[in-house]
Amino acid sequence: MNSNTPLLEMKGVEKHFGGVRAIDNFDLRVMPRDIYGLIGPNGAGKTTIFNTITGIYQADAGQIFFEGKDITKIRPHEAAAIGIARTFQNIRLFGNLSVKMNVIIACNIRGGYTMAEALLRLPRYRKVSKETEERAMKFLDSVGLTDKADDIASSLPYGHQRKLEIARAMATDPKLLLLDEPAAGMNEEESLDLVDFVKKLHRDNPITILMIEHHMDVVSRLCEQCTVLDFGKTLAQGTVEEVKQNEAVIAAYLGGEL
Amino acid sequence: MINSFYEGIIVTCCVNIIAVLGMSVLTGFTRLFSFGNAGFMAIGAYTAAICSVQFHLPFALSILIGSAAAGIVAYLLGSLTIRLRGDYFLISCLGFGECVRVLFLYLRDITGGAVGYTGIPFRTTWIVALVCAIAAFIIAWNLIHSRFGQAFSAIRENEVAAAANGIDVVKYKKMSFVFSAIFAGWAGGLYAHYLQHITPVLFNLPKSCELVITTVLGGLGSLSGSVLGTLVVQLLPEFFRKFSEYRMLAYGIAVVLVILLRPSGLMGYKEFPDLFKKTGKKKSTGGA
Repeated sequence: MNSNTPLLEMKGVEKHFGGVRAIDNFDLRVMPRDIYGLIGPNGAGKTTIFNTITGIYQADAGQIFFEGKDITKIRPHEAAAIGIARTFQNIRLFGNLSVKMNVIIACNIRGGYTMAEALLRLPRYRKVSKETEERAMKFLDSVGLTDKADDIASSLPYGHQRKLEIARAMATDPKLLLLDEPAAGMNEEESLDLVDFVKKLHRDNPITILMIEHHMDVVSRLCEQCTVLDFGKTLAQGTVEEVKQNEAVIAAYLGGEL
Repeated sequence: MINSFYEGIIVTCCVNIIAVLGMSVLTGFTRLFSFGNAGFMAIGAYTAAICSVQFHLPFALSILIGSAAAGIVAYLLGSLTIRLRGDYFLISCLGFGECVRVLFLYLRDITGGAVGYTGIPFRTTWIVALVCAIAAFIIAWNLIHSRFGQAFSAIRENEVAAAANGIDVVKYKKMSFVFSAIFAGWAGGLYAHYLQHITPVLFNLPKSCELVITTVLGGLGSLSGSVLGTLVVQLLPEFFRKFSEYRMLAYGIAVVLVILLRPSGLMGYKEFPDLFKKTGKKKSTGGA
């Protein structure tokens, strides 16, 4: 794969729900190591794009490529296996399980032992389980939740739940991380914390990030490139500064944050 | 060494513990409800009995074949029904359980029909039953604490998130279903070699309900809770023999009470060791 191949490419992707075109003729090129922003008002189709990439929805038209391979018809667990991890707009943790177990489950994507080895507790099962637990603790450490490892996930405060969800996504060893409104429900101070956190995540790991975000200050601090959507249509594409000057964007946001 | 009354109680408890542990993995850990597991018990019981009587196979082998047969049927059924949403899956299991019972009733030449299948050698002594129950518990415990069992729990908690973290939801649900059927078949085979005479009515819908009720009573998401639940459900009627006709009524009331007062069951998501861990933790934090 040469350096000109986008990590993720979407060509003419469409998704309809009944008569509603949730996404219409959507194109996207995300290069390796980018932090790319998807912006748009509620109902613009941003989460639908995430769901089509990760196989929760099947596109009605168009194609999606990951590292040059066609993944248009991928199933959700296969997307995770090839290196696409995601978080959810309304956080989806394994609520009744411990914080550590949330991350261990994601670490299990590597496998490492068979059913027979597990049922008989053979040496390889013990070894892999121990390594998995250590890896999980490493991910918890990277988001600062080490001392919460044995807590029940749903008992964490909101901000920690977001971080746990990101740690869990990172534990699947992704190449592409999809963040769905990571700053949702955060005040200004918390969202600035989040900016630093995402920057650090990107610096320390060889990942590419595609994020949906409403907070323009978060987007301008993090993303080099972005796409603005409205009612499923692409309004503008380019650097954050270019997009801010775009007339169609200004019209759509009329008096909004932009 | 032990009189037949107590042997009967021990064997019945152990057999039910095995079947309920299977239910516990399916319902408590994967959140799939099945009202057809008595059907898998029936398949295990009849297959094992036929292996022993017709083909003179050794006891252990007959039990193994019985469990395998239940597992294979569950795999085939699961391939058709596991994608259904929870309540439809439940109904399909209920239908399956009744089909098995009626089928065994009509296949008179093979199963003896309503009169029952008789002449099964007595092999399930209380020691055999106890050893099997302990082995079943260890196997279920190891499964639940492996990556496979962790995947079941992830599915129970949030299917979409489980899939997004690399878990093939359909595959693991089917695995859990087959596992519960193998345990039910194992229990059925043992039971047949204790009773020496089995009829389809032993494995009817109320039996399936009893298994689900026991699992819910014991606590969804707790294997030790399932054992406790089984002991309560099997032993209490023994102490109140006079009222045994009201058995199902008592179960019904018990379930309503549990769901109202303690929806996570007697043990909740906890295992026996956790209860001691909790108190130890409190003490240590109290001291510090």
